[in-house]
Amino acid sequence: MTAAHIPAARNPLAALWWVPRGIIFGLMAFFIFGPLFNLLLWTVAEKWYFPYSLPLEYGFSSWAKVFAPRGGAMESLTNSLIVALLTVVVSLLLAIPAGYALARLKLPFRGLILLAFLIPQAFPNLTVYVNIARIFYEIRLNGTIPGVVLVHVSHGLVYAVWIATAAFSAIDAELEQAARNIGAGAFRAFLDVTLPLAAPGLMASAIFVFLESLDEFTGSYFVGAPDVNMLPLLLYTTAAGGNYQIASITALLLLVPSLVFMLIVERFLKADVLSRVGH
Amino acid sequence: MPKRLLGLLLVLPALAVIAFLFILPLIMSAVGAFQVEGAFGWGNFTKTFDLYTKDIVFTVVIVSLSTVLIGIASVAIGGYLTLGEHPVAVAILRWLYRWPMFIPFIVVGQILRTFLSKNGMMNNTFINLGLLTPLDAVSFLDWRGIVIAFVWKQTPFVALLVAGAMASINRDTIEAARNLGASRLRLLLEIVVPQVAMTLTVGLILSFVTMMSVLSVPLMINAQSPTMLTADIAFRVNSYGDYGVANALGLISLVLAASVAWIYLRASLKERA
Repeated sequence: MTAAHIPAARNPLAALWWVPRGIIFGLMAFFIFGPLFNLLLWTVAEKWYFPYSLPLEYGFSSWAKVFAPRGGAMESLTNSLIVALLTVVVSLLLAIPAGYALARLKLPFRGLILLAFLIPQAFPNLTVYVNIARIFYEIRLNGTIPGVVLVHVSHGLVYAVWIATAAFSAIDAELEQAARNIGAGAFRAFLDVTLPLAAPGLMASAIFVFLESLDEFTGSYFVGAPDVNMLPLLLYTTAAGGNYQIASITALLLLVPSLVFMLIVERFLKADVLSRVGH
Repeated sequence: MPKRLLGLLLVLPALAVIAFLFILPLIMSAVGAFQVEGAFGWGNFTKTFDLYTKDIVFTVVIVSLSTVLIGIASVAIGGYLTLGEHPVAVAILRWLYRWPMFIPFIVVGQILRTFLSKNGMMNNTFINLGLLTPLDAVSFLDWRGIVIAFVWKQTPFVALLVAGAMASINRDTIEAARNLGASRLRLLLEIVVPQVAMTLTVGLILSFVTMMSVLSVPLMINAQSPTMLTADIAFRVNSYGDYGVANALGLISLVLAASVAWIYLRASLKERA
């Protein structure tokens, strides 16, 4: 984006600039990738103790332990995936009609409604979870999967609704009109024309909701634990118990989808949708 | 059916979820903070200030310090991406800085815990390079660890916003100042940063509020005293079932977050006037 204003060839000192740059980038890379590399080492470390700076033995026995039926990780992984998928389904079921209405129909207080979905992201939410846990305890939702899903939905809705609204606004309304003109009903036109066109944007919002749910710790901690074990909770308890191998493998299980999906989102979330988010 | 009514009906279920699962508990928390054994009073707050004044100050200092450091780092990154003169260096930085953004807070807590500890990889690397002796190695798993974790995780997010805003400002003023001989640091601080001040503030406020409510990082990195309010709230609820003091602590952290948002609102009103 910035062309070199003083071409390097004409300035012999330019090569020297790589020394401070190299030092700064090297330090940055060390502090960004060092902790990640450390995590990878722990996942395959069989024996690693003070004062050795690298593991003494490598192997996959911790992986076998994690994925053994009694390891607890499979249960947490299954729970996390079930909760995340249900959260996506519920969020999209709520967000698709809401997003369509916000994008297409004339709504009173439209700006305020959009802002309302931001509230759970904009306030410190710890006290809210504490009180949700109390309400859920009374209606017996505490420690159940539906309870955890509901908490995650309230948090994921901002992504679901905002991105769905943007996805619907980015579609030309005349296409839907054309379908209506050749005799399709309103619902039919929505289902056959608008929804498929909005699919990439909705996919992106689903990914955001999925990741938000997978990574959510505080809500799962207050509403789910100890009955519903999820990956972030397993990571916390194994790390607190000093089992760095299991904790690191769990961390890796949480890390990989985050990185992979973010790369996918960049492809799904096109500029025309992005430019309409929050408008 | 009139279109407005249909629209409201379509939005209503989603709004109901927010109302029942967020706004209602939030009100309950505010009310609960003033309830002592069924009656209204200030009891929870006197108890909170007796027990946790140190932690309140600690939280404010940690989060403010982290916010300042995130601001400086993201301006530096955004500034280099905008004003950097070597395309390869700019490309390297653009590729490098984003990675921590996608990593969940709980994973950040775990990996920095192993990285920053006394015999963690950071100290080991410095010892192997001969920059440090084993006797001088110290653990960073205290307030410094929390600050490092926050800065590590939040800087990419703010830098992304700031770099985006910087890329869209009019380059004519930058070129004009450059032709008059201004250094790049001066360009950044006197021309570029003032034009993206609003975006920077929004990013920093969002980060401030996020950091105020993160529970996993203080639990993983520094669970001893003094610690952050979030860890205290979890402790009050889980160990004592004491919702009164937990709600009072929660309300205090809400007020702290709201006061930051208020500073922002005042600044933005002034800017428009």
